[in-house]
Amino acid sequence: MDAICFTLNGRAVSYSGSATDRLLDVLRGEYHLTSVKCGCKEGECGACAVLINGTLYNSCCVAVGAVAGDSVVTLEGFRETERFAVLEKAFGALSAVQCGFCTPGMILASEALLSRCPHPTEEEIREGLSGNLCRCTGYNAIVNAVALAAKEGDGLW
Amino acid sequence: METISRSVVRKDHEPKVSGRSVYVGDYPGEGVLVGKMLRSRLARAKVLGVRVPPLPEGYFYVDASDVPGDNNVNIVLDDTPVYCRETVEYIGEPIAMLAGPDEAVVDQLLAACEVEYEELEPVLDVRRADFAFFNYEFGHGDMEQAFREADQVFEEEFMTGYQDQTYLETQGMMAEPEADGRMFVHGSMQCAYYVHGAVARVLGCGPGGVHILQDVTGGGFGGKEAFPSILGCQVAVAAHKAKAPVRCIFDRREDLEFTSKRHPSLCRYKMAVKDGRVTAIDCDVTFNAGAYSTLSAVVLQRGIIAAPGVYNIPNVHVRGRAVKTNTTPSGAYRGFGAPQTFFAVEMMMDHVAQSLGVDSLTFKEAHLARQGDSTSTCGRYHFPVPLPAMVDEVDRACDFRRKHQEYAKPQTGRYRRGIGLSMYFHGAGFTGSGERDIIKAVAKLRKYPDGTVEVLAANGEIGQGLRTTFPKIVANELNLPLEKVYYNHPDTARVPDSGPTVASRSLMVVGELLRRAAIKLRAIWRDGEEQEVEERFREPDFMIPFYLDKFQGDAYPTYAWAVNAIEVEVDTFTGVSKVLGAYGSFDVGTPIDYNIVMGQMEGGFLQGIGYASIEKMDYDARGRIRNNSFSDYLIPTTMDVPNLQCMLHVEKYPDGPYGAKGAGELPLVGAPGAYVEAVEQALGGGVRLNHAPFTAEDTMNALMKEGL
Repeated sequence: MDAICFTLNGRAVSYSGSATDRLLDVLRGEYHLTSVKCGCKEGECGACAVLINGTLYNSCCVAVGAVAGDSVVTLEGFRETERFAVLEKAFGALSAVQCGFCTPGMILASEALLSRCPHPTEEEIREGLSGNLCRCTGYNAIVNAVALAAKEGDGLW
Repeated sequence: METISRSVVRKDHEPKVSGRSVYVGDYPGEGVLVGKMLRSRLARAKVLGVRVPPLPEGYFYVDASDVPGDNNVNIVLDDTPVYCRETVEYIGEPIAMLAGPDEAVVDQLLAACEVEYEELEPVLDVRRADFAFFNYEFGHGDMEQAFREADQVFEEEFMTGYQDQTYLETQGMMAEPEADGRMFVHGSMQCAYYVHGAVARVLGCGPGGVHILQDVTGGGFGGKEAFPSILGCQVAVAAHKAKAPVRCIFDRREDLEFTSKRHPSLCRYKMAVKDGRVTAIDCDVTFNAGAYSTLSAVVLQRGIIAAPGVYNIPNVHVRGRAVKTNTTPSGAYRGFGAPQTFFAVEMMMDHVAQSLGVDSLTFKEAHLARQGDSTSTCGRYHFPVPLPAMVDEVDRACDFRRKHQEYAKPQTGRYRRGIGLSMYFHGAGFTGSGERDIIKAVAKLRKYPDGTVEVLAANGEIGQGLRTTFPKIVANELNLPLEKVYYNHPDTARVPDSGPTVASRSLMVVGELLRRAAIKLRAIWRDGEEQEVEERFREPDFMIPFYLDKFQGDAYPTYAWAVNAIEVEVDTFTGVSKVLGAYGSFDVGTPIDYNIVMGQMEGGFLQGIGYASIEKMDYDARGRIRNNSFSDYLIPTTMDVPNLQCMLHVEKYPDGPYGAKGAGELPLVGAPGAYVEAVEQALGGGVRLNHAPFTAEDTMNALMKEGL
């Protein structure tokens, strides 16, 4: 069987395991990308969200075979960008990170949202993050942080 | 705002936001055995035997016979076994662990295990439960006279359901035998020293034979108070047998079904009213403890102490029991017994007011306790009770009084509105003399020759900000930049026992020890030297001694206070209630970091609204919890309460650092009362609601039954 080739955080990789392996398990197990968190393994919580060709997916519900030829970005890749720096600063300024377990997914969901909607309203932010559960914050700080990042990072998205 | 309250970037921000933080599941798996539980499929049975398939080399079957010490987990009592005894007492009780290098093989082996049971009749109905782990009673005044002389007597029953903590990181622990013979246990937890005591006992070694490290922890909310002691013992026994590291991480379904959650409750309240005033309150409180006692004693104590609410009622009688059923053991969850009884008393006051034909807020206000008044346990409210001012703050934020009058008028049409309000406290710190007699907290500061200062304490950062707020206090007293003071996750090999991360106590109690330690260090500071200072807990002088046998005295030194209002719009076609606004005024004393405290308030309040409205969990006729996934157990998303407004009202506590009081639990406690009152008002027609959560299905049932 041919290896599954895809781009992972900008680097070409080939995975030689089964095409039906969960992308979540492959990212954590094979590539040690532990920012990708497992919160439910059923596509409900968003902790394992990654970007596939720029679109947000829960990696627990994606078979690795489905990303052949695609570009997969996890927080390990995204954290090297200028956009991340703006989001990071906004989340820090408003203490939008508590336990941190939902945070990698939240950051990538924010990136996905701002990529398609650089100046979102509060309602659009809430809609854009609605697939990511957070049990700590009550969401206000996160929503405000994304609004702040959109303002401070004007032109980046 | 005070200088200390100004927000800083949290110390744990950078590693968490960049995904670099290492949670227990993130350690590399090479050489680590995966442990999984063989669980009971029956609610109550004798285990006659287990047929274990032949195990490949490197795979282990671990059960009670492998426990080197004793098979009881040290919690409050020790009735929880590490692995089951002769019987299993609830569906999901661990019978054994299978551990090995390949998870898929472990799964296959588990599926091939055959347990032979002799089924016994389980107890599942709380009303029929005949065994109480704990039974308490207290009161004061003359109940007989009050009821005899009453103009009217009111009686009602209230129920609340389970609530699951639903931390985003499921339970997970790992044990590693070390070269020097010690067992190293680490993972997701709130109370490193609880795990330490439990594992040492189970391994049959002295306290020096183990050490426990709290890893970065993805939320706790009480769910990681006692439970990690159990899982920590289970992995330690497995690692002891395998002589290799063993890690066990629960999947979400396992976590939802089989880990401790908030006690379901059944409260019967009776009130005597004379001349428009409540003269006596009788509270009969039953908590469903589940199969083992875990923390039920202390959860029940806190619950019944709060049973008469924030009101000054001259005659009080309270009974409480935590009954055994053959279900998942209940345990600690933010609020710790108080959300159940505050729901009951707030609904009761609301209903009595309606029956008397008076406005419920006015009625509640007329009964509020004031500074100097006696508490339910004949202690004293030593400090101001700021509730009247907080009611005004909430009223200004949402126009409560006007809306409450307006929505009380008959409503027709598809959409109907209601608004509800609750008032409550959270006793700060351990109940009774626990801090003085049981915990005896010790905290230290160590200064290094380079001038940096390390906080040495056992309290865990679980998202609430301790890695930031502890150093803020110390840096403030030492006039050091915050970068010079740091606090790492505790390892029992190197930190003193400053007590568990529970009861909203860490900042108020341990934070104050650290403040005093910093003052000590400042006095003896010598540049270039390593120096260490220590502080020990002292009970404040003003406390009226608490006697647990009589439930008399000051149960808490002080109280955090709150007023919540929730406004809803009920869709009478679908039963769905939309929260138009949730408003909370919270007095937790001086915020040590404004953003951190607001994060606690907003997060806790939303958890409370979830508890009140959508977080429904129950077990079936066999005793199996059915709501075991995020599609069956719903927690709030970004979309559920967009208008969530929290305010801080600061009433300083002189014995807390810079006036800080306990904060973590308070914001959750009062939401069910405010929410269900609001839905009740929207439904109108004199309907009386008496349980939480109150879901869309409940609303549909009420609409159909009452013909509203």
